Amino acid sequence: MLSIILALFLGILILVLAVMAVQNKNIVVAIIAAGAVSLFASILYLVLAAPDVAMTEAAIGSGLSTIIFFYVLNKIKRQNG
Amino acid sequence: MENITLQNISLAIGILVILIGLWGLLTQKNLIKIVIGFALFDTGIHIVMVSIGYIKNRTAPIIDSAVDMNNASNLVVDPIPQALVLTAIVIGLGITALMLSYVLKMYQKKKSLDITNYKDLKW
Amino acid sequence: MVKNSFIFLVLIGLAAILLNLFAGFNGSTELGTIAAHYASKGIEEVGSANLVTSVVVSYRGLDTLGEVTILFLSAAIIGFFLKVDNTDNKNRQLKYTSEILNTASQVLVPIMLLFGAYVFINGHLSPGGGFQGGAIIASGLVLMFIAQPKKEMGHKMINIVESVSGVSFVLLGVAGILFASGFLDNKILSLGKFGTLFSAGIIPIIYILVGLKVGSELTGIALSLKENQNEA
Repeated sequence: MLSIILALFLGILILVLAVMAVQNKNIVVAIIAAGAVSLFASILYLVLAAPDVAMTEAAIGSGLSTIIFFYVLNKIKRQNG
Repeated sequence: MENITLQNISLAIGILVILIGLWGLLTQKNLIKIVIGFALFDTGIHIVMVSIGYIKNRTAPIIDSAVDMNNASNLVVDPIPQALVLTAIVIGLGITALMLSYVLKMYQKKKSLDITNYKDLKW
Repeated sequence: MVKNSFIFLVLIGLAAILLNLFAGFNGSTELGTIAAHYASKGIEEVGSANLVTSVVVSYRGLDTLGEVTILFLSAAIIGFFLKVDNTDNKNRQLKYTSEILNTASQVLVPIMLLFGAYVFINGHLSPGGGFQGGAIIASGLVLMFIAQPKKEMGHKMINIVESVSGVSFVLLGVAGILFASGFLDNKILSLGKFGTLFSAGIIPIIYILVGLKVGSELTGIALSLKENQNEA
């Protein structure tokens, strides 16, 4: 029962952040929201008895890919001005 | 009430994240936002695959003191979707980085991130 | 307007298909035949406590080799695309990072590298393995790049680590054909005592190689996106 409540909570959080990642006009906010979707998805994997997948998603989805998005955004901003 | 299980909830979350990702992919004009839509689509597919492999009241596929060695096939969840998702996440990062480097190259050519300005293939 | 309604139709169509799948899904209560075989016979055939590891490295080892190759290809294409000469890179102005980030990175980076190595060496006993360990190592190195932007780190070292680990991976697979029953068979070495560090045949060795290869590839991707930030 507790895990169902946790999953519902995580689900609401993930969906709100996903809509934010798509809709928000500010690209920095959108990138952070996409990283947060990955972070909460990794907690959901832990609830679903998949610790290996949770570790990979936390390290790659929310860590490295956010950094790569910011590197590219930084390069584009530099070329602009 | 018996339909509300952990598996169904996470399957619904995964399907909704897939739809949100596709929506972003189709409606956004900014190239970086399109790549973000792709990343969300990817995450949704991973959630769906992991939740299909889940079996109620079972534990992670690691044999330790909590899992009896001789009865393992009745105590653990399915390891195969997890192994697939494990490699898919790593490939997903490679594909995202590849798409972002294309975005960077396109920006260097045309100085624009708006996809409606790229009309070279339109006739 | 026409375009918007078309997008709406595509979304509704996909939603209908997925809803159909969702409604027809009841959830299984038993493992499938193959999964049940992996779960019950995995210990005597492979000897790894983590069943995901035994699927990734041993039963489906060839797929892992292909996956690592795809990652190598995407890293190579990114490096090829963003290749810009480094000549005017020497006298560029870089902002100094803050004192806090600098000091914290000096403490954190060695710990992160050590933790990454721990994760991929213990991949057959606990959650974790080559992919996770490689990603943690790459995150540590990226933190170092952010904290010390002046420090030059060439692609040469990364390329050497990547090539050596990739070639050794394939050679270990070929050794499986020569000394055991097939490509990437893990019975070249004895299976050892279940649950100890030196067990499960060549799984720890392969996972160390995969960890080094994935770590160097992800670091290379981040490095090629970071370099030449002001070529315009």
